[in-house]
Order: sequence, then structure tokens, then C-alpha cells
Amino acid sequence: MVAQNIAFGVMVGIMGLSAIRVVTTRNVVHAALYLMVVLATVAGLFLLLGAEFLGITQVLIYIGAVIVLFLFGIMLTGARIGKEKLLSHRNKVPALMIATVITAVSIYAAIDYFGADKLPEETRTSTKEVANSLFSQYIIPFEVASVLLLAALIGAIVIARREPHEENLTK
Amino acid sequence: MIFAVDLLLRDSIGLVEVGIVLLKVGVAFVLLLLGVMLMIWFERKFISDMQNRIGPNLAGPFGIFQTLADGIKLFFKEDQVPAKADPLVFRLAPYLALVPAFLIFTVVPIGGDFSGGGDGTVTWWGRQTFLQVADPPIGFLIILAMSSMAVYGVLLAGWASGSKYPLFSAIRVSAQMVSYEVALGLSFASVLLMSKSFSTHDIVLSQGGYEWNLWMTGLVPFFIFLLAVTAEMNRPPFDLVEAEQELVGGFHTEYSSLRFALFYLAEFMNVITMSGVIVTLFLGGPEGPEPFPLPGWLWGIFWFCLKMVVFLAVFVWFRATLPRFRYDQLMNLGWKLLIPLSLVWFLALATLQVSDNRDWNDFIVLASIFGGFVLVGLLLKRALKTAAHNPDPDLSAPATAENNVEENAGRNTENNFDIENLKEKDLGGKN
Amino acid sequence: MTVTQFVIASAVLFSIGVYGVLVRRSAVMVLMSVELILNSVNINLVAFGALHDNIAGEVFALFVITVAAAEVGVGLALVLLIFRNRKNINIHEVDLMKG
Repeated sequence: MVAQNIAFGVMVGIMGLSAIRVVTTRNVVHAALYLMVVLATVAGLFLLLGAEFLGITQVLIYIGAVIVLFLFGIMLTGARIGKEKLLSHRNKVPALMIATVITAVSIYAAIDYFGADKLPEETRTSTKEVANSLFSQYIIPFEVASVLLLAALIGAIVIARREPHEENLTK
Repeated sequence: MIFAVDLLLRDSIGLVEVGIVLLKVGVAFVLLLLGVMLMIWFERKFISDMQNRIGPNLAGPFGIFQTLADGIKLFFKEDQVPAKADPLVFRLAPYLALVPAFLIFTVVPIGGDFSGGGDGTVTWWGRQTFLQVADPPIGFLIILAMSSMAVYGVLLAGWASGSKYPLFSAIRVSAQMVSYEVALGLSFASVLLMSKSFSTHDIVLSQGGYEWNLWMTGLVPFFIFLLAVTAEMNRPPFDLVEAEQELVGGFHTEYSSLRFALFYLAEFMNVITMSGVIVTLFLGGPEGPEPFPLPGWLWGIFWFCLKMVVFLAVFVWFRATLPRFRYDQLMNLGWKLLIPLSLVWFLALATLQVSDNRDWNDFIVLASIFGGFVLVGLLLKRALKTAAHNPDPDLSAPATAENNVEENAGRNTENNFDIENLKEKDLGGKN
Repeated sequence: MTVTQFVIASAVLFSIGVYGVLVRRSAVMVLMSVELILNSVNINLVAFGALHDNIAGEVFALFVITVAAAEVGVGLALVLLIFRNRKNINIHEVDLMKG
């Protein structure tokens, strides 16, 4: 259990620092790379909790696809090398206050409610269990998710596609 | 914990177990580096033979140390970072290209004792283990995840160079790799349907008795996989990422010295690991006949290497014989042929499995599958015809992508090059 | 390991994400901060699933990942469209419809 606590500490440390860099860095591509680190550590936390399928799905979908999509979008919308000035507002204090209040309240609530509730020692869930419950109990949400993905696919194409007549107008 | 499923680490973990794991990691690392060295030599020699040249022949017997000599030369060259580059990402990118190739190799079983219906375990110092660095229950997904991470090296190298052509190359390759990943994943899924396990070791076991996935899945997923993997690795004929005539040198134009060598290493390492993956998934891994008695695990390694060399030769053969695809041809092949075909094939395989389990009437099932194929084919043809009737200058994504990037690249580098003019000319040519 | 550890980690990640959403001007950066928030939710779901030995946590985390992927796809398409029309993606300047 000590090993797991050390692993937890290291991963959460890296996660926190990278997450702060995501919201403070002044280069969009760097932000995407720090986000990648955050997502990787979250995958590590999933593994720590015994959710191996979710961990690898996180790597596969987030790191393998979503961040690539982000980078693609960033490069198409003009990512400069070096620092950018106008990435954040000047008045950061209210936002910082809100974030601090949320952190304080939720940490207090967590400690107050859960205290030192230990997680079960053996928490490993196999891919088989996930699949079984996904295709029996949660089959309707699963199908709805597939429809959602289809809608997103078509929607993204329709939105991002340049209309033929639009092309003529710009000429 | 997760790791407890490995045979070696199931009981108490002592010094011997740690030693075995370290040995396996070390051997895999050295094997891969040595393999890359030989592969580069093999490719150059093989292509030379096909083109009636001699090829490298000075360093060592048959020029076998040519790669070593090249490596030493690159190592001693000056290490440059361009002034306009992003220093951090520029330095990071080669490693991001290299690491996934290594990580895929850890789950590939390179041998094992399959003689007499064995389950592939070998016994070292009284401990039973598999001849692969790790056998996680999700090894199959690790292959998929790592092959999708391979795009980062190229994408970031292209962006961080702060130069126009590498950026084009990066945008091209990310679109290409993301598209072919879909076909790759779908043909993977066909294998999964046959083997019913995510563990690479179980996938090899399930192909015992020469029930190789190559013919159990009906050849088509194998060929789709081969094509998709070639595109994923940016090997010819899909090497648009470094089309010299259009992009100078592609994403590594600005790289020199050791970092360039790392990209080179990553490319060939990918060829080796992906050949290993193909052998594992479709050709029964280390399985093969044993004409005369040897220790069982030796035969496994022999057959695995032999099968792998066949695929290495196939990739070199592709490079020597096929001209490079045009970008729209590449995208058409991926989206209009490979993805629909692999999807329909996957559904057909699933239907066959279910009908096998439930004892459905074979004739009706086969007829409806055939009907499905015809229907999908007709629909696809109709859709493509409709699209062809309403020509849309921007329907092909690369045009949009590269035009956009061109605008940005112009702003980025404040180049005097007249991009607007060039674009007009380009469009004029197309219309 | 206690469940509190995970909840606190997730709370920190959530607040950092909220800070990012509030402070960033670029639409892409806002989307990234939203990803942070979604991930903090996932940590909570999986941790509670492990605590109660219930598979639902993981299954719903899977759904969250699915929805996040769809959201990023559509979101970036919108960003591209805005960039094409206005040549920048600053969300504070996209207020043409304001009365």
C-alpha cells in the first residue's frame, strides 16, 4: 500500500503542476502538451484504482485522438512560436478567488464526509465486467452515445465545411 | 494489482524475478537496436539489388556496418536548433517519435515453447515466464494506443521547426495518420473477434494448430491492416510526409545530427515492431513446425524471426516498386475503400460468429451477408456519384488545411515569399 | 489509499479547470480547460466506483470520455469557422449578435 501511496503522490504532483501550466502558459501548443501530461497522469490514477480498461481508453482516446485534434485545430488557427500576449485576461484575481473558494469548499466537504474511508485493497475490475455491464444494464446509454457520436460527426463536418458559394464570395 | 496477472509476478517477488524482468527489458532493448541497424542495412542492400546497384559495401563484410558508420558520423555532427524554432518542443519531438515504437515491442511475444500443445511458457531458474517483456491483459489496446501516439513526434517536430515546409508536412501527416487509424482499429477488431482476448499471448495461443487469423478472418483484414500500417508508419508508397519534390525534406528538414538520427531510428524501429505485430496478430506468432529436436523455445524464436523478415522484405519491396500516392488518392483509398470495407467485413465476421453459436441456417446467413455487401457497395457508389456531381473545391480536406496553414505560416515567419500569389496560381491551375 | 485522496486531487483539478475557463480568452484554451474539468469528474466517478465496488463508476466515466470526444470535435469545428470568418479566435470579440 505504501508503494501505491507514493505512486499516487508522484502522479498527483505532476498532474497539479501540469494542470496549472495548462491554464497559465502563454503558448497554445505548450498548453496542449501540458494537457497531454495531465491526461496521462489521470490514466495513471485510473490504473491505481484498478480500472485498467478505462486507463488505456483514456490514453487511446484522449492522448491518441483528442489532443491530436487540438493540435490540428491550433495549427490551423495560427499558432505562433514563442509567447502570446492576449491569451488570458488581465483581471485574474476574481477567477483565482472563485477557484480557491471551490477548492476549499470541496476539500472541506470531502474530508468532513469521507474522512479516512479506506478503499478496498483489491479493486481490480476486468475488461470483461465492464463489457458485460455496458452491454446489458447500460445498453440504452451506450446506443444513445453512438447516436451522439454520429450527430457530432455530421455536425462537425457541416460546420467546418466551406460552402461552394462562400468560396465564390471571397474571390 | 494490475501486474499480478503476469505469470512471473503472480507469487512472491524476489531478487530472481526482478532479475528476469530486467534481463527481458535489456534483451528487448538491445535486440531492437541491433534489429534497426540490420534493417537499415537490409533495406539499402535489398533496394540496391532491385535497382541493379551494389549499395553499401565498404564498411565491414557486405557493408553490414554501414549503419554504425552513419550513426557515428551523425553523432559527431554539430547539433543545431534553428533560431525560429521552439527550443523545448523541438528537442522533445524526436523522443516522442521513438518511445511508442519501443513500448509496442514490449507486448509482442517473440518466442515461447509451443511444442506439443504447450502454452508458450519457458522455465528460467525455476520460474515460469513468457518470452515477452510484459503480458498485460490489455496488451492489444496498448499496441493501438501507442501506434496512435506515434503521430506526436512528426506533428510536433513539424510545428516546432518554425519553418513552412515542415509545418505542411506535419499537418498532412496528422490527417493521414488519424484517417488510417480507423481502418487499422477496425481490422484489429476482426482479430479480436476471433481471438476473444486483449492479451497478445492469448491471441497467439488462440491461433494454435495453424488456425492463423490470416485465413480465419478471411484475408481481407490482413491486407487492410498491412496497408493501414504502411500508412501509419509513413512508409512508401504513403510517405507523403517527406515527399522531397513538394516539401523539401518533410518534417525533419530542420533537424540535424543526433536528433535526425533519432527520427531515422524511430522510422525503422516502427517497421520492425509493426512487422512483429502483424506476425503476432495474423500469423500465429512463434508457431511453426519442428523438423528436428531443439529446445522448444528456440524454434519459436526462429519461426518468429523468419516470419518477421518476410514482412520486412515486403515493406522494402513496397518502397522499391510503388510510386508515391498523391494526397487525394491516399485519402480516397483510406476513407472510401479501406474504412467501409473493414467495417462491413467486421460486421460479416460478427454475424458468422453469432450464427455459429446459435446454429442458424448457413445458407440464409451467407446469402444475407452477401446481400449486405452488395447493398453497401451500391450505396457507397451512389454517394460517391452524388458527391462527384456537386463538385466542391474544398471537399478534399488537404486543400483547406494547407491553404489555411499557408496563411499562418506566412504570418509566422514573416517570409517575403509571395504566398497569396502562389495560392491564386495554384487554384487557377486546379480550376 | 483513502477515497479522500482521490476526491481532493479531483477537486484541485476541477478548480484549475474552472480558473482556466474564466481566465482564458482563446476559444481553444477554454475547450482545454473544459477537458480538465471533465477529467476531474472522471477521477471522482472511478474512485467512488472503487469505494462501493460498483462497475457503474467506470461505465459512466467511459460515457464522459465519449461525450468529451464529441464535444471537442464539434467545438473545434466551431473554432475553425470563427477563425475563418473573423481571423482570430478570441471569444470576447464574438459578440456580433449582442443587442
